[in-house]
Amino acid sequence: MAGYAVEIDDVTVRFRSKKRDVTALADVTMHVEPGEFVSIVGPSGCGKSTLLKLSSGLLPASKGDVRLFGEPVNGPRKDIGYVFQKAALLEWRSARKNILLQAEMRKMPAKEAAARADELIEMTGLSGFEDALPHELSGGMQQRVALCRALLHRPPVLLMDEPFGALDALTREQMNVELRRIWQETGTTVLLVTHSIAEAVYLSDQVVMISARPGTVAGVVDVNLPVERDYGPTMAEPEFAKATRHIRDHLGAAAAAE
Amino acid sequence: MVTHTQSARTGQRERAGEASGIAERSRPGLGQRLGGFLERSWRPFALLAALFVAWWGVTAAELVEPYLVPSPGNTFDAIAARPEYFWEHTWTTTYETVLGFVIAIAVGVVAAVAMVQSSTLEKTLYPLLLFAQVIPKIAIAPLFVVWLGFGLGPKILVAVLMAFFPVVISMVTGLKSVDPEMLQLSSTMGAKSGQTFWKIRFPASLPHLFSGLKVAATMAVTGAVVGEFVGADAGLGFVILQANGNLDTPVLFAGLLIMSLLGVLLFVLVEWLEQLLLPWHASRRDEGASTTL
Ligand SMILES: Nc1ncnc2c1ncn2[C@@H]1O[C@H](COP(=O)(O)OP(=O)(O)OP(=O)(O)O)[C@@H](O)[C@H]1O
Ligand SMILES: [Mg+2]
Repeated sequence: MAGYAVEIDDVTVRFRSKKRDVTALADVTMHVEPGEFVSIVGPSGCGKSTLLKLSSGLLPASKGDVRLFGEPVNGPRKDIGYVFQKAALLEWRSARKNILLQAEMRKMPAKEAAARADELIEMTGLSGFEDALPHELSGGMQQRVALCRALLHRPPVLLMDEPFGALDALTREQMNVELRRIWQETGTTVLLVTHSIAEAVYLSDQVVMISARPGTVAGVVDVNLPVERDYGPTMAEPEFAKATRHIRDHLGAAAAAE
Repeated sequence: MVTHTQSARTGQRERAGEASGIAERSRPGLGQRLGGFLERSWRPFALLAALFVAWWGVTAAELVEPYLVPSPGNTFDAIAARPEYFWEHTWTTTYETVLGFVIAIAVGVVAAVAMVQSSTLEKTLYPLLLFAQVIPKIAIAPLFVVWLGFGLGPKILVAVLMAFFPVVISMVTGLKSVDPEMLQLSSTMGAKSGQTFWKIRFPASLPHLFSGLKVAATMAVTGAVVGEFVGADAGLGFVILQANGNLDTPVLFAGLLIMSLLGVLLFVLVEWLEQLLLPWHASRRDEGASTTL
C-alpha cells in the first residue's frame, strides 16, 4: 500500500475563472518511489508548477487521486519541503532567521533547529551572510536560503519549482552538484521542475516529460547513469547524451505536432 | 594605467586578513548617527530658514500692513508676553491630538484586521467607513458638542474620525499585499493562522501602515483644531478664534505657527518610529548599503 512516496492517479486539474476555463493537467498518472529523484520538464504553461502544488495539497484535483506515502492528500501537507519559483523570503528577517522560520512554525526544539541551520548554511556556502537581509543577498544566495529553509526539518519529500532559474550557468552547475550531494546524504524523495534538460538528466533517476496544455505525461525517461556523478565526466558519458537527445527530440516533436 | 594597478594593489593589501571579501562593521556611535541625521535633513531646515527670512523681509520692508501680517518679532513677542497662556493651550491641543491619533490607530488596525479576516464584514464596513470619511467634519462637529458637551470629548472624536480612515485603508492594503506564495509556504509548514498572522501578515503590512500613519498624524492635528473651532474654551483653535475676534494678528500667527509645528513634530515622530521599528524597510528604500570606494 504505502509503496510509493508520491502517487498521482489519473488526475485532472481545471482552473475556472470569469473569462475562461483552463485545463492545466489532463489524466496525469505518475508514481515516485521513496528516495527517488524525479525531474519534470515541459514547455512553459504546461502545468509543471500545478503538478507540484497538487502533490503538496496546495491545490485540489478536479478529478483523480493524489497520495503521499499512501495517504490521500486533501489540504496542505506539512511533511514536505517546498522551494518556490521565486525565493519567497521575508524581507525583515536575516538569512538565518528566514531559514529558522520553518522551525518556528513547526515548533521544533530551538537547539536542534539552530544546529541544523548552521549545518545547512555551511553546506550551501552561505557562511558569513547569516545575518544579511534578503535584499543584501544575490539572487542565487536568496535561492540557497530558500533551499536551506526547505531542508531544515529533513522533509521526506522535497518539491522544487525551478529553484535555479535565476542563476548564472556556473553557479547553477555548482548548485546542481550541491543538490545531488544533499540528496545522496539525506535520502529524501525529490520532485524537481526545471527547464534545463541537462540539469534534469544530471540530477535525476527519472525524467517525466509533460506535453503542452492540457498537460499530459508525454513520456518517462530512465536515466541509467551511475549513482556517483562527477559533473564533467557525467556530461561526457554516452548515456547522458542519449538521454538528453531523447528528451529534446520528444519535447521538440511534441512542439512540432502543435 | 600605473595608478590603476597601484590602487588595485592597495585594495588587495587592505583586504588581506578579511575572509572572502566580507568585513564586519561596527555599529555607528551616537555622534556618527547624529551627524548622519543632520547631513540628511539640513535641507528642510534651510528651506524653513529661507521662508523665515522672506517673512521677515516682507514685514521689514513694510510691503503689507503690519495689522495684516505681523513681523516675526511681533509674533514671538506675543508668545513671550504670555508664555503660560500659550503653553496651556498648546498642551490641550497636543493632548487631544495625540489621544485622538492613538485611538484612531488602535481602532483602525483592529478594524482592518477584522475586515481582512471576513469579506462579509469588509463589505458591510467599507461603505460606512467611506461615509464617515466623506462627511465634512466641520459640519458634524457641532453635533458632537451637543452630544458630548464642551469638554475634550468632541475634539478627540473629530481627531479620531479624521485620522481613522488613512489608518484603516493603509492597513487593509498592507495585510492584503502579502505575497500569496508566502502564505502557501506557511501552510506547508503547518502554521496555524495565528502564527501566519504574527510572523508574516502583520510585519509585511507595517510599511503600508506607516505611510498611512504619516497622513493620519497630520489629520489628527487638523481634527483637534476643527473640534476646538466649534466650541471650546481651551486649545490652539480657541486661541486663534479669539485672536481673530480681537483682530490680534500676532497672537493669531503665533497660534498658527505652534499648530503647524505640532503637526510637523508628530509627523517626524512617526517617521522616526518607522526607522526604529522597520530598519529593513528604511534601508531598502534609501539603499542603505552604499558602495564604498
Ligand atoms: N491560479 C490559476 N488560475 C487560473 N489559471 C491558472 C492558475 N495557475 C495556473 N493556471 C494555468 O494553468 C496552466 C499551467 O500553469 P503552471 O503554472 O502549472 O505552468 P508551468 O508549467 O509551471 O509553466 P512555467 O514553466 O512557465 O512556470 C497555465 O496555462 C496557467 O494559465
Ligand atoms: Mg511554473
